[in-house]
Amino acid sequence: MVDSRQVRVRDGDVLVMVGTTKGAFLFRSDRRRAQWERGGPHFPGHAVYALAYDDRSGRRRLWAAPASAHWGSSLRWSEDFGRTWSAEAPGPRFPEETGATLTRVWQIRPGPVQQPRVLYCGAEPASLFVSNDGGESWSLCKGLHDHPHRAKWQPGGGGLCLHTILPHPTRKETIHVAISTAGVYRTDDGGRSWRTAHKGVRAQFLPDPHPEFGQCVHKVVRDSAQPDRMFLQNHWGLYRTDDGGETWRDIANGVPSDFGFAMEAHPHEPDTVYIVPLESDEFRCTPEGRLRVYRTRNAGRSWQPLTKGLPQEGAFETVLRDALAADACDKAGLYFGTRSGKLFASRDGGAAWRAIAEGLPPILCVKTAVVLKAGRSARPARGARAKPVVRGRARA
Amino acid sequence: MSVVVQIPAPLRPQAQGRREVTLEGRPLTVGEAFSALWAVHPSLRDRVLDERGQVRPHVNVFVGAESIRDGGGLAMPITDTCVIAIIPAVSGGCNA
Repeated sequence: MVDSRQVRVRDGDVLVMVGTTKGAFLFRSDRRRAQWERGGPHFPGHAVYALAYDDRSGRRRLWAAPASAHWGSSLRWSEDFGRTWSAEAPGPRFPEETGATLTRVWQIRPGPVQQPRVLYCGAEPASLFVSNDGGESWSLCKGLHDHPHRAKWQPGGGGLCLHTILPHPTRKETIHVAISTAGVYRTDDGGRSWRTAHKGVRAQFLPDPHPEFGQCVHKVVRDSAQPDRMFLQNHWGLYRTDDGGETWRDIANGVPSDFGFAMEAHPHEPDTVYIVPLESDEFRCTPEGRLRVYRTRNAGRSWQPLTKGLPQEGAFETVLRDALAADACDKAGLYFGTRSGKLFASRDGGAAWRAIAEGLPPILCVKTAVVLKAGRSARPARGARAKPVVRGRARA
Repeated sequence: MSVVVQIPAPLRPQAQGRREVTLEGRPLTVGEAFSALWAVHPSLRDRVLDERGQVRPHVNVFVGAESIRDGGGLAMPITDTCVIAIIPAVSGGCNA
């Protein structure tokens, strides 16, 4: 039996939730984020690709999707920060007539604050599951599952996964999802119908670099102020859209490589996005053995390396698509984990970094939460309090 | 006379901590025995079978010393004194 260490979480704490190939870990700190306490492993031996924290309607519920090579994938939740876990939540399940079986859950995404009982799961094989009762039951989004493109979607290196879910913060019928390897799909009718939303994103690994679908999108994030502005890390290529995904433009300006997986938007500074470039889809390690986070503060017109505190020699690291996250503190913290099991943190928006853990199993995902007092509810999601759009504010 | 199903350690939380479950009734096949098991411990089902009702690829099921993969799968006949063992296969370990 593996001993699992527990952390004592207090109101106002910052949590960093880390999913690895062999379980989940929970790091806590007070708001200063100077000292971190480690909890876990939870679900030892299980790959945890997806974690989420739901603090809507006064909840303090931590979700996890442990996947066992033997026993399959399940959804579990905890309301005491991992001290106890639900026996087994009734998770996503493919209807028998689909002939599909769940490989794993890649993403758990609470819906907007205005829809406090809505949750989404992104799954492999590429599918979207929806719960309208706070996770008590789940149903397959048939509109996407029955999409005529599905038969020709191809799995990427990690599998045919739906890894990104972006509910629109104010238009409840609009959701974007990203699938490797299919591209970005968008619904404007609550999931009944879907259409591609990746015009301009190249697929340079195909004979036609601009196919109708087949783009290998690695991650998409939404701008904190303008919901229709999103950023995309592709399998080769960095992009921005200002029109909700109708058109994308290349913003790989001054990065050592436009290949990579991870991407995160600043929680409240508009036009500010973070990436970790990797060298080529063949090598998939940080270029020149230097571990550098790149940040743009002008929506991709330029990018600057953030290196203070990060190893700049012999650091051939890989950061996966969900392993970079920001917290919601006023002075945002940034966190990322590597496949070599190192967890780095910055408490000043990326200006300086330090390792807060080493020797973890390969890190698959990093998520954050700021713990509100029990019974208090989360603020509206980013973008829901959008400032007026200032057109031309940034140009790539 | 009864059919006993042995539960592996990782699945015992889904079986109220039990190492084995003695089934009521007279199941005639492994599939019928499992149906009786799910009736008592429903959350075991999705750990042993996938959505299509197939035994997961890295799970072995034995009736006595015989794997059901060699004996007709879930349709394998059983006697009312048999022991069914659910055992994780060595092939399904975590990627190192």
